[in-house]
Amino acid sequence: MENERTFFQYLRDFSETSSPLDFVLIYDNLGRFFEGALVTLQLTVLALFVGGLIAIPLALARAYKAPVWNQIIWVYTYAFRGTPLLVQVYLFYFGLGQFETVRSSFLWGPILSDPWWCVLIAFTLNTAAYTTEFLRGSIEATPLGEIEASKACGMSPWIRMRLVVLPNAFRRALPAYSNEVIFTLHGSVIASTVTLQDLLGVGRWLNGRYYLAYEGFITAMVFYMAIVFLISAAFKMAEGRYLGHLRPRETSKPEAKAAAA
Amino acid sequence: MDLIFEYRQILMEGTLVTVSLAVLSLLLSIVCGLLGAFAKLSQSRKVRRIGNLYTTFVRSVPDLVLMMLIFYGGQKLVNDFGLMTGLWSYVDVNQFVAGVVTLGVIFGGYMAETFRGAILAIPRGQIEAAMSVGMSSRQVFQLVTWPQMVRYALPSFTNNWLVLVKSTALVSVIGLHDLVWNAFSAGRSTHKLFTFMIAVLLIYLVITAISDVALRRVDRKYSAGVRRA
Repeated sequence: MENERTFFQYLRDFSETSSPLDFVLIYDNLGRFFEGALVTLQLTVLALFVGGLIAIPLALARAYKAPVWNQIIWVYTYAFRGTPLLVQVYLFYFGLGQFETVRSSFLWGPILSDPWWCVLIAFTLNTAAYTTEFLRGSIEATPLGEIEASKACGMSPWIRMRLVVLPNAFRRALPAYSNEVIFTLHGSVIASTVTLQDLLGVGRWLNGRYYLAYEGFITAMVFYMAIVFLISAAFKMAEGRYLGHLRPRETSKPEAKAAAA
Repeated sequence: MDLIFEYRQILMEGTLVTVSLAVLSLLLSIVCGLLGAFAKLSQSRKVRRIGNLYTTFVRSVPDLVLMMLIFYGGQKLVNDFGLMTGLWSYVDVNQFVAGVVTLGVIFGGYMAETFRGAILAIPRGQIEAAMSVGMSSRQVFQLVTWPQMVRYALPSFTNNWLVLVKSTALVSVIGLHDLVWNAFSAGRSTHKLFTFMIAVLLIYLVITAISDVALRRVDRKYSAGVRRA
């Protein structure tokens, strides 16, 4: 027992003085990083979920050129896609307090003065704008033949939408959506600029507290990389499942040889 | 509105910083992107692996994290290295340099993918034909590969540029006095942050719109001789 502790003491000494990265310190604070990762994932997943739900009707309105709505939604997506997410977050978190009516409204106390909610609202509106546009693209790309076939089968417009148009549009949008998920995760670092303790927030806290240059950021970076690899792997699996019919057909080597012979 | 007009000087200065940061990072990202694309298309497996490692790394790390690492860590690293080798005594990695390096490296990764796709889209026969009439590899690049590469790469390049412009806002977090930082401090001192943030959003939209027009002009130049259906 005694021996073990001295070994750990030795490890701590080595990590503090000779190693370029104080890994024992990182190990001590690992719990905080996991908490930060939880905040990051919470914000990302909620924003993607709610943003996705908002995006579906908006994309339909854009794709089928609903009068008036089409233009309004275009202005919304153009504004949110053409400006930095950071400024959008600032607008909600710092900007709304400028108005007396907002500050005295019932929403101020629980929601609009809380950084978590402001960030979530900004992220949601941002990701909804991007999702709307690529979903519109994939709805518009529905082959005419599929529509004709479903009409010939006697499907009503609603059933056609539910069984033919939307499922196929989601499939086509899958590769673009994997990018959107990763971008939303990357965008979520902005939460740390409005005092939230997400992954980067914890990294900044660690560096500030111990006056370090690398440890916090590198740990945060490794966490983000791990999350991105998990997301990519998940999407690769989903693409294998839902876009399997589009994969180029593989001819295995022996078969090709047999054909040549 | 009057308020914004009163502070136009500081907003203009910030816009200038933002635009010059974006342009310099774009230049660096083109260099990194070309190197990355050639690495990814290289004959040697080792070089190819380095290229792939670069683009995967860039895709997986958020820009602000890398920016802070370079701004806070890079300072220490550069100076420790200088102290160790005795090559230089003190180098100041300021916010502008950190911003340019980070954005250049990150968007270099995205550009590498863009350029690689564009180079692959050029029919192999053209390059073989150019070589068979005795062009040097530099001539092949200059006269055959480059002009067509620009054409194929432009849509995705435009996209990268627009994302890059928006990413420049992040340098305000490490304290560079760019558009966002200036507007934020002006808004804070006048208690009119909403007004100033809306002004910032509009300025970004204007930058986006201008670059849209300019890049469309480039597109027209490089798509000379393309027949569109």
